[in-house]
Parts: sequence; structure tokens; C-alpha cells
Amino acid sequence: MKDPNKISNREITPASVYFNRRSFIQAGILAASAVATGLVYRELNPVGAGGAKTRAIAGLAPAPTNTPSAFDVPEAQTSLQDVTHYNNFYEFSTDKEEVAAAAANFDTKGWQVSVEGLVRNPKVFGLEDILKISPPEERVYRMRCVEGWSMVVPWAGFSLSKLLAVVDPTSDAKYVAFETLLDPKRMPGQRSDVLNWPYVEGLRLDEAMHPLTLLASGLYGRELPPQDGAPIRLITPWKYGFKGIKSIVKIKLLAQQPPTTWSQYAPREYGFYANVNPHVDHPRWSQATEQRIGESGRRPTLMFNGYENQVASLYAGMDLRANF
Amino acid sequence: MTEKDLRFAKVLVLVNAAVPGTLLAWDAWHHNLGANPVNFAILTTGMSALVFLLLTLLVTPLRKISGWNWIIFSRRTLGLYAFFYALAHFLIFFGLDRSFSISSTVTEMFKRKYLFVGALGLLVLIPLAVTSTNAMIKRLGGKRWRSLHRLAYVAAIAGVIHYYMQAKADVRRPLVFAAILAVLLGYRLIVYWQRPKSAPTPTPTIKPTPQPGA
Repeated sequence: MKDPNKISNREITPASVYFNRRSFIQAGILAASAVATGLVYRELNPVGAGGAKTRAIAGLAPAPTNTPSAFDVPEAQTSLQDVTHYNNFYEFSTDKEEVAAAAANFDTKGWQVSVEGLVRNPKVFGLEDILKISPPEERVYRMRCVEGWSMVVPWAGFSLSKLLAVVDPTSDAKYVAFETLLDPKRMPGQRSDVLNWPYVEGLRLDEAMHPLTLLASGLYGRELPPQDGAPIRLITPWKYGFKGIKSIVKIKLLAQQPPTTWSQYAPREYGFYANVNPHVDHPRWSQATEQRIGESGRRPTLMFNGYENQVASLYAGMDLRANF
Repeated sequence: MTEKDLRFAKVLVLVNAAVPGTLLAWDAWHHNLGANPVNFAILTTGMSALVFLLLTLLVTPLRKISGWNWIIFSRRTLGLYAFFYALAHFLIFFGLDRSFSISSTVTEMFKRKYLFVGALGLLVLIPLAVTSTNAMIKRLGGKRWRSLHRLAYVAAIAGVIHYYMQAKADVRRPLVFAAILAVLLGYRLIVYWQRPKSAPTPTPTIKPTPQPGA
């Protein structure tokens, strides 16, 4: 009888086949593991990509280009792709490259902004009512982030002073406080306590009344995409970007200086004024230079972000080192 | 573990460790590093250096707990990759952020605590990379080599602190790295405390690993 354990020579896999199968499996393991490592890499280091599809703004008055004006910058504009995919908007994500995707479905229907406090005509505005106050103008401003990078963005909007004129501040009003929407369901970043929610910002009344201070509802001729602060946000081009509070729901006129989110978070690092100043460093990094998005190498940072002629008088006699 | 399997495992580690660098180069070539490419490259190389440092420190605990003695082969490769990523991290900062300005790089390093701490971590890795060859292990002798290579702990601690310090507000990821490092170093502390007082445990001797094809 044949020994069942005895393997006949015919049954032994020929060495050539065995080694082929072996190298085949090894190649498979190698490829699969490399793909897995690649996926981990992508997860840890996401790159922002995609489109921005908001409606065009009708009747946009172009920025004056023929006369020297602070409403335009003779520097290359940052691409729409970069403006919409490199965002500090912690309400959606603390990763600048991930904000666009996290904010993609943010719904701003029925948006209201309450303007209240020391004003003669307090009012809860529907977004359309605010936009009707003045026709939108294009303003091409530099945007300098406190982290050391910058952009040039063609915003659409009008001076905040025009809204303030409608509500008519009383003579006691010295400051303006702003507040972002608080809704962790729509703003997933608010489910973590990275910052104190809602985000709050503030300006002195004279800063708020300055013609450069913009209530923006669009960029690149379109309505603001969610990741850039839809539907309405603040722009103060001579200050660090974090002063430009996004998705505003409340504006309140006050007699006292209001608390602001970042200076509450780290009072040594972020002040109330947050004026761009190459001579006053952040405690952890230099503010002397900046990485302009889309350029190679760093460029020097300008005093008041290049708006010194327009705004320096607001701070005459003030110690800018103490009031950073 | 046959010699052949070991050789394959070596290739596996070598190839996978090169994946982050390869993808970074590929993305750079295709202009796909996002809005701030230099910053992106600095962040990803730094992150990779930290990941590989932690993986290097994982080898010994894993080997002792699992009994898979053969995985020791991967420690040198992982450690060298950690060094290469850290070096790339520094060179991109030096070349593309500081425009090859030695004075600006040095000034910044002494002015910014987080840069100083990071530089310290990289500096400490240099002698480890230099003494990673079989010849150097032989020359130094296992005992001296081992004490020198405890500097890897210093590098990992410096790296994690450096990562934590540069964060603006969201320190969740640096804290995850810190927690993993704490576990890896905590394991070593426990082993150290539990060793018999009279007769020191004979630690496994570090032998030069056979070269593939040797």
C-alpha cells in the first residue's frame, strides 16, 4: 500500500514555481505596505485642493487702478485656489489645508447680524439688508497672518463705517465688539475646546470707522466661500489676519475695550491691537519677514502692513511695543 | 526566520521608510504641496523624523515583549531614516526659508527657543548616525556604543518639545507624540528599576549584523 505521507516527486512544487510564488507574494506585501505607509503619510500631511463655487457678485465696482490708492496693491494677487485652500478658521479645522473641505457644506441661509449696544438704532439685519446699505466695491488688500505668511486678496464689500452710520453710535460708544456664529453642529471645530467659543474680536471706534476697515462679503468677484468667512466678515488690512473675524452674527458698540479671543488665549503673544509691526516680534518667532503665498523666499514685512500713511495717525503717541 | 525572510524584511523597512520622502518629492515635482510649499515640506519632514524616531525607540520594547529577537535588524534603518528626515527638515528651513543665510539661521536659532531645542535634537543625532556602522560598533565596543546611543532618548524628547512649542493653539497632535514617547521611555525606566541589584542583567550583546550577501 502506498504511504499516504509520502509525497511523490511529482507532487513537489518545482523550485522555480515555488520561488516565483514566493517573490510574487513578497512583491504584493511590499506594494501593499508601501501603499499603506503612503496613506498614513497623506493622513498626517493633507494638502488642500478642490474648487470654490460661490455665485458671482453683481454690480461690483472695481478697485481704482489708475491713481495710487490704498484700495489697491501693486503686487501680484494670490491665486483663488490658495486663498480658498489655506485658511485659518478654527471653527472648522485647525489645519489650514483642511478648512475648505470641512466647511464645504456650511449653510448660511437666513443669516442675521444683530447690531446693538450703544447705538440709537439697534437692529437685527438680514444679510440682504446689510448688503443693500452700499454697493460692493473691490478692495485689493495685503493680508498678513500673525504666523508669518501673507497674501494679496481682492475682497468685495464696503467700509464698516457705512453700517455704523445706519445704527448711529451714541457719544458713549468707544469700542466695537464682534462675534462669530456659535453652532457646533454647523461648525465642527467648536466641538473641541482649542479656543473659547464663540470667537470674539474688537476694534476701537476710530479704527472701526477708518475707510480701510472693510465689511467683506466676497472675494475674487464671488460671494465669500465658507472657508473664507461666509457670509460676512471683517477685514482690517493693517492688522494681523486674526483680527478679521469671520461669519459675523453680532456687532456691539461699547464704552469699554472688549475681550478678544486670541489675547484671552495667550495675552503675552497676541494683543488687542495686533497691528502688523516688523519691529515687534511674536515671543516665539520673528515678525520681520513673511512668506508671501505663491512666492519663493521671504519678503520684508512692512510697518502697518504697508498702510502706514493711512493709519499711523490712529496710534500717534502710543507705545506700540506695549500695545502690540 | 530564515536568512531569506530577514533579507526581505530589510527591504520592506527600507522601502516603506522611503515612502514619505518619495511622496514629498513627487508632490513637489508636480507642484502639489499646497499654498505654502516650503512650510509644508518643513512640517512633513519634521513629522516624519519624529515618527521614525518613535519607531526606532519602539523596536527594543517590542522585541523584548514579543520575543521576536530578529526585529532588531530594523532599528538601524529606522534610526538612520529619522536622522535623514531631520536633516532634510533643517536643510529646507536653512535653504528655502532662510535663503541659505547662515547668520539669519543662527540668529533665529538662538532667539527662538523652539528652534534651539530642535537644533539640539538634530545635533545629538549626528554622532549616532556616524557610529551606526558595523565597524563603528566593533570599534567602540557594545557597552560604550550602547551608552552613546542612549542619546536617541534626548533627540526624541527634544523633537517632541520642539514640535509642541511651535504649535499656535492646537497641541493635540504634539501631545499624542508626547504620550507615545512617555510610554516608550517609561517602559525603559520600569525595566531599569526592576533589574536585580546585585548581579546586573546581562544585556544582549550588540553584534554587528551580517550584511546581505555577506
